[in-house]
Parts: sequence; C-alpha cells; structure tokens
Amino acid sequence: MAELEAVIGLEIHVQLATRTKMFCGCELSFGDEPNVHTCPICLAHPGVLPVPNEEAIRFALKIGMALGCEIAPRSIFHRKNYFYPDNPKAYQISQYDVPICGEGKLGDIRITRAHLEEDAAKTVHVGSSGRIAGSSASLVDFNRAGTPLVEIVTEPDLRGAAEAAEWARLLRETVRQLGVSDVNMEEGSLRVDANVSVRPAGSTELGTKTELKNMNSFRFLQRGIEAELERQRDIIGAGGTVEQETLHFDPTSGDLTSLRSKEEAHDYRYFPEPDLVAIAPTETMLEEARASLPELPAERMARYESELGLDEAQARLLAGDPEGAEYFEAVVAAVGDAAGPRVVANWVTGDLTAALRASDDAERPEAQPLADLIAAVVAKQVSHAGGKQVLAILVADRDADVAEVIEREGLAQMGGDDGELAGIVAAAIEGDPAAAEQIRSGNGKAIGAIVGVVMRETKGRADGGEVNRLIREQLGL
Amino acid sequence: MAELTDLTVAEAAAKIAAGEISADEYGDAWRAAAAADELNAYLWTAEHGGEGEPDWTGAGESAPEGEGESTPYGANPPAPADSGPLAGVPIAIKDIFTTQGIPTTAGSRILEGYRPPYTATAVNKLTAAGALVLGKTNMDEFAMGSSNENSGYGPVLNPWDRGRVPGGSSGGSAAAVAGGLAPAALGTDTGGSIRQPASLCGIVGLKPTYGAISRFGMIAFASSLDQCGPLTRDVTDAALLLGVMQGKDPRDSTSVGIEGGIELPSREDLAGLRFGVPRELGEAALDPGVRAVFEATVARIEELGGEIAEIALPNAEHGISAYYVIAPAEASSNLARYDGVRYGKRAGGDGDLIEMYEATRSEYFGAEVKRRIMLGTYALSSGYYDAYYGQAQKVRTRISQDFGAAFGEVDFVITPTSPSVAFGLGEKTADPMSMYLNDFFTVPMSLAGIPAIAIPAGLAAPEGAGADAPKLPVGFQIAAPAFAEQKLLEAAHALEGALGFAAAVGDDAPWKGGSRG
Repeated sequence: MAELEAVIGLEIHVQLATRTKMFCGCELSFGDEPNVHTCPICLAHPGVLPVPNEEAIRFALKIGMALGCEIAPRSIFHRKNYFYPDNPKAYQISQYDVPICGEGKLGDIRITRAHLEEDAAKTVHVGSSGRIAGSSASLVDFNRAGTPLVEIVTEPDLRGAAEAAEWARLLRETVRQLGVSDVNMEEGSLRVDANVSVRPAGSTELGTKTELKNMNSFRFLQRGIEAELERQRDIIGAGGTVEQETLHFDPTSGDLTSLRSKEEAHDYRYFPEPDLVAIAPTETMLEEARASLPELPAERMARYESELGLDEAQARLLAGDPEGAEYFEAVVAAVGDAAGPRVVANWVTGDLTAALRASDDAERPEAQPLADLIAAVVAKQVSHAGGKQVLAILVADRDADVAEVIEREGLAQMGGDDGELAGIVAAAIEGDPAAAEQIRSGNGKAIGAIVGVVMRETKGRADGGEVNRLIREQLGL
Repeated sequence: MAELTDLTVAEAAAKIAAGEISADEYGDAWRAAAAADELNAYLWTAEHGGEGEPDWTGAGESAPEGEGESTPYGANPPAPADSGPLAGVPIAIKDIFTTQGIPTTAGSRILEGYRPPYTATAVNKLTAAGALVLGKTNMDEFAMGSSNENSGYGPVLNPWDRGRVPGGSSGGSAAAVAGGLAPAALGTDTGGSIRQPASLCGIVGLKPTYGAISRFGMIAFASSLDQCGPLTRDVTDAALLLGVMQGKDPRDSTSVGIEGGIELPSREDLAGLRFGVPRELGEAALDPGVRAVFEATVARIEELGGEIAEIALPNAEHGISAYYVIAPAEASSNLARYDGVRYGKRAGGDGDLIEMYEATRSEYFGAEVKRRIMLGTYALSSGYYDAYYGQAQKVRTRISQDFGAAFGEVDFVITPTSPSVAFGLGEKTADPMSMYLNDFFTVPMSLAGIPAIAIPAGLAAPEGAGADAPKLPVGFQIAAPAFAEQKLLEAAHALEGALGFAAAVGDDAPWKGGSRG
C-alpha cells in the first residue's frame, strides 16, 4: 500500500484587542469577575440591535492585508443559528459567503478567507472534570460574549504536524506584529483548530477529514495532529474508513474523544443579518490599513535570505523578533564593510543571546560597540573567545568603548610573531607527549587536547586557527 | 368647552404650550380614560402620581428596581421633558417597545413579568419632546397576527363593535385611539400591523419608510420589515409624531432618518398629483362595501384635482407568499433568544438543558408564534434555503422594482387598506390562510420598504350583513416612494379634509362614546 500522506488545514480564531466588544460598548476583559462587562446588547435582551465596531473592521483589514487577502469591497454579516447558553441571541453574528477578506497566502500556505465574527460567552461546568459530561451545573460568564474575532481559514496545504505547528507560529508572529491581538493561546486569544485527513501519497483527492479542537499550545497542536494522523493511518491500514467527526484532544492523556459525528452536525441556518448593513471600507480606510502594516515576518525573512545572504534558520529567527531584527539591521549598518551580515547575524542570534541570558540585568549594547567588537574579531585584534568576554562586559555597560575594554582586560589577540604563543604551544606539546604522538600518527582529533591547554594558558587571547597552525608546525606536519 | 379628550394631539399641545389648558388636567383626563379601558386595549397603564408625573408602579405592580437611576440608555423611568412639541401629551405605547422598569411583554407569556433595563429610542424621542407614557397596549404575540386574537393576554375588542376584532397586530393601540382611551399611540408594522388595525378602527395609521425611525428597543419580529409608526386621530397628528420620532440612531445601523425632517401638512388640494391604481385590483378579493368606498374615494381625489392612472404591480400577488417565508424565517432566529436562560419565563428547569429549552418554549409561546417559528426554521434549513428564503427574496426584489417602475409614472399608489371591514372575534382563527390574506394590500409596501398611510375613508356594512346592519370603517391606503413622507402626508391631509370622515361619523364615533357594545 502506498504511503499515506498527511493533508492538514487550519482554522484560527484571533481575538482582536479592541477597546470594546464587536457589537456593543462593553469593554473587553480577561480574568475579571464574571458578568461585569455586560449590557442589554451582549446579553441579548429583547429589542436590542448590534452596531459594528469600526476598530474591529480596521483590525480585520490589517490582518487581511498582512495575509495578502483580497479585500471585499462589500462584505456582509450572516446569522449562524444554534441554541446554547453561551450564545445569548441563539445566533452568532458571523460572515458566510462574502467575508471581509478573501483568498490570500502566508508563506507557502494558501489562505481561503478571513472573516469577522463575535465570540461566545464562557461556560464553566461545575464538577470534577470541568467538562459538561458529569457536571452538576453550568455557569455562564458573559464577559467574553461579543468579543471581536477574526477567523482565518487555510487551504489544506500543510503536509505534517510539525509543519502545521511551524506555520501556526509564523501566523501568530505575523498577527502579533500587527498589534491587533494578544495572540495568547493559553488565554484563548489565539485558538487553532485543525482539519486533518490522510491520502495515498501522490493522490490529488482529499480523504475524509476530522476536525481537532482544544489544542491550546503549539506543542499540543503538533501532538494532537500527530495522534490523529496515527489514528487515521491505523484505521486505513486495518482496512477501515475514517468517519467525519469533531474530536477533542486531551493534552494530558493524549486521548482524542469524539465531540460530535457528521449526523450530529448542526444545521446553522445561515441567512444575511438584517440588523446590519454591508461593510464597505472606504479608500481612506484601506489606505490607512495598508500604511500601518509593518514589515511582516515572511517578507523580512525573504529579504534577509535574498539580500543579506542569511540562511533560512537565521532569517526565521530574526524575522520572528521584530525588535531583534531592528537591532540586527542597526549593527549591520554600523559595522559597514568590516564584517558581513551573516557574521553579524551569528553574533546577534548566538553569542549575544547567550550573553543576555546569562544575567537578568543584561541589556543589548548599543549597535556601535557591538559592531566595533565584531570588526575587532574579524580583524583578529581579539580572538572569538576574547570577544565573548568583551561582550559579557558590554551587556552590563551598554556603550563601553570596545578598544578600551580589550586593552584594559588584556584581551588583545596574541599574534604568531612575537614568539610568546609559540612558546606556550611548545610547552603544551611537551606536557602531553601521548597526544602529540597520536597527532603525528594521523589522529587529527587528538589536537583538541593540546589546543585546550593553550587556550587555557592564554585565557582565550589566542586565535584558535593560529594555535592549530603552530601545533602542526612544531610537530613537523 | 369641548371635552379635553376631544382635542387632537396637535391642538392639545398648542393649548398646553399657550397655557390655555393645564397639562396636569389634560393628562389626568387621559389617565382616567385609559384606566376605564373595557376593550382590553392596555396591558399596563400609568397612574397619576400627584406631581404632574405618572406613577410608574402600574396597576398592582411593585416599584421597578433601580427606579430613578440614570443609565447609559437614559433615565429610569423615561422622564418627560418640560417643554417640546409634545409637552404634556400622554401617548399609548405598543407593548413591543421596551420601557425601562415598566413591564414589557410583546404580548407574549414568555416575557410575563419582564422589566427591560433600557428604553426604546422611539419612546425616548417622544419623552424628550415632552410626551408621557400613558400605558402599554395589547398586541398579537410578537406582532404576529391580524386580529389581536394571538395576544397572550386575551383579545382586544373593536370599539366600533365589541363583537369584532380591532385588527392587528397593533390592535391595542388602534382600539385605544379609536375608543377614546389615548390621544395617539405607537405601533409597529411588519406587513400591515399599523395600517390594517387603523383601517378596522377608523383612524389614521402611518408606516414610514424602513429606516425612518430607529428600531432600537423595538422587540424584533422580522427585522428587515419591522418599522415603527404612529396611530392617530388625524393626519396632522401622524405628521407631528413622525417628525418627533424620525432620525438616524447610532444604535440602529439600518436607520437613516428623513432628510429635512417633517413639517405639519397643510395642503388642501391634489392638483398636479398622479395616483396609480394597480390594474390587478380589479380581480382582487374585496368586499363590495370596501370596493364602493375605494371607488368613491378615487372620485374624490379627482374632484380635488388629482389625476388617476392605471399602473401595474404584476408581482404584488406573490407578496403574501414571499412575506410568509421571509418574516417567519427572520422571526425563527429573532425569537430563539427566548430560551428561559437569562430573563422571562422558564419551565422545566430541573432536567437537562434541551428539556428546559423545549419546556419553556412549548409552554409560553402561543400557537401562531410556534407555527411561524416552524415555518421559518424550515425555510432556512440546509437544502431548502434557495427554494424558499432565496426565492422569496427574489420576489421581494421584483416587487420593489414594480413599485420603482410605478413611481416613474405616478406620485402615489392607492389601494384599499384591508379587503374587508372588521370581522367577528373567532371568525378567522381556525383558518390561518384567510387571516394572512388580510394583509394582501399592505404587505407589498412592507416588502418594498416604502411608506404608506391608511386613512379612514368611509363606512361599509360587513359582507353578507343586511343593508341596515351597522356600518364599520373602511380604510384607504396611499403609498409613496421611500422617504417621500412629507409629500405623502400632504396628499393624505388634503384627502382627509375632503373626505371629512370624523365629521361625518360625528357623535357615533367611539371616541365620542358611540360604541355599539
């Protein structure tokens, strides 16, 4: 039997960080006392009407543009009808066939649509499990009811659990950089559901999909998808067929339990919301949204790879951290021709990150001192190891003078000319004849022991390459 | 001096403003009249509090919670302004409008005991203009009905003949005005719910353009059709109330208001105006007495200089069918919030959730409401949407286009308001279809969203009754293009003057105590 390929699409709910709810003036909140941010509108009293939140529309436009979506000149709201206590009107105002944002793309993954809707209230089931089954009562907190959401739906373009989690991270970073959401998975301001199916590799048809819910971290998202892919492969491997259903992933046990089957699926009886008029963004609104877009991770990553020659991992790391990326670019500018962007990237993502982690008080140095340091290392005025020692001082004293620090700390690199280093190397060879013999007899790895002694003796002031050269020279190799 | 309650709203407001009559005495006269309601027109009435302010406690009700508190939606209770075009005028409010702290049921048992935490914009506009809330009027449950027999609180009686219905759904409002229990009333019209009861009760009823008056606080039946409007003794009062209530409301995205506002009408002739009579009217099912009054009114229009032309509304005959898909579809969604969870009545709370929903809705919704929820749910169901809701929306568009074409040729479209005079209580309750056909002439304008006014045009004996049977009022409907209310009111005012209905009825009018109980 052909290998079964994973086919995954994601549905992402992003809670917008607007000041007020989607259709009323209640403030958004998280963690407040229950039912304090409510009014007749979000409690669905008789006679109330929704009025759309303009800020939410602006945020949705920004998300749509960041995902390269086509923006609908006129989009409309629909009612999605279903009974549940967390849904006070017994319909959710959402968008259906004409969403505000149409087709787009983020990275290699196609976006089907992104639309505006309102969040449900929160139900708390009283009882041990925290789930409705077996609970003695359910309490409803309407603080969240009516919070603006943008739902982003992808095409089934993802081919693995890790890829799905990786792409979801990129999406979160993109939305975070727009400043339109807290995108916190644990608090539920970012919620990712996955549609998972498998098919014989090479096939273009789609298998029966299941929908996975409740994965409140990227790790759980990946684990949930992995578990579901395994389940589906097992079923098909045993000659069975996958049933269309909605599954709940329990991250503690790793279990998947069925929430509802296809037969139990709701008929939402969508119809155009008669209480609202169409959303028709003005040219000014579109222009403002466009102008407010920062350079987003995917674009920045592409630019770092193509223009600065960074490798993919470095580019992704920097692009995912806009502040770090700005800093990186400032150091690249300050260092000028003295070092290439890849070298700068190595310092910023590697040694600097490590130095910052080493102490709570550590801060990024100014761009110029770091640029000076990188230039000194490249020019072999200071060894890489010595450079790290200088950096440890720079993160505590952000605008220290690099040349002065090198001088003060005696870190100026030992050259091969003055004989001092050659002497230390000779002593080290003498101190470990066994290693010297191994090196002579062709065991290149044995050189490390002698290099280590030299580095210790020189307190890192020696250049590793030069030490290697001297050892081999003195051993007559 | 004539009775205070004989004055129209415009007359009374002018006399109060001029100091000729006391607002207190005027208000007391109406409160006394409302308290003497024998028609079941009111579900709640204000009592006099002694300080020129009504007592909001109502009959046998305890004081509302939070009374006197100021809220983002206005004061509780809605306090009348000291001055304004309606200063001192009490107005009856259909129980479909929310009134903070005052019981509001929309005629349904499911909202029995419900006191809204906010007041409807239309009511706030009236009180801001100085009006007082006189009482809340009975109605068909959630405005679904044409006879007021679908009220959860018993039917309203027609003041002209208490064995007959007042029409619906604004039957309590119409009966209150016609029966001398209120100087004017608010109603709502979804497919004829202002115009038809106005017609059956011999008063004026105006359904403005959709969007002219805010729907905020108007309990929704069919959101794309519902519109608030006045029921009054004459066209001038209708203009006065419309002028006060119209306007864009930031709380209603679909409201737009009427550009330039509304002035009291003064026109007394119809010269240069063209009135279109639908060609299809000839074959419409219509009582002979109603047809005779319609034809006499057309002749009167010509005498006033108006020109009569034939127009075509070829799709209007499908209006009722489209209406009875669209309105129930929207209603099925609008009424889903009455689930027993947050407010109103709850039944069967001991079992599980679904059981509670079902028990609550089964017990407290009436038969007609249930019928329409089922119709609407079906029409929106997956697989049926295109055949029903989608198709009905197409018919609706066609009807709008028909009116658009007609208004290219004429200024107004005229029809009878209702195919018959008031019918007997219980006469049509067993046959929903014949009940629905009451709205045959009013539904097309609702679907098109255009304004239409019903004015009393004469009297006719019920079909099949003897020639000397007591005669009942017949309404005449004039429809105009969207937002052409001023022009509509001017024409209606001119015609009203020429018809002289109130003068012709004289002391036989129920508002003069002429009920044939």
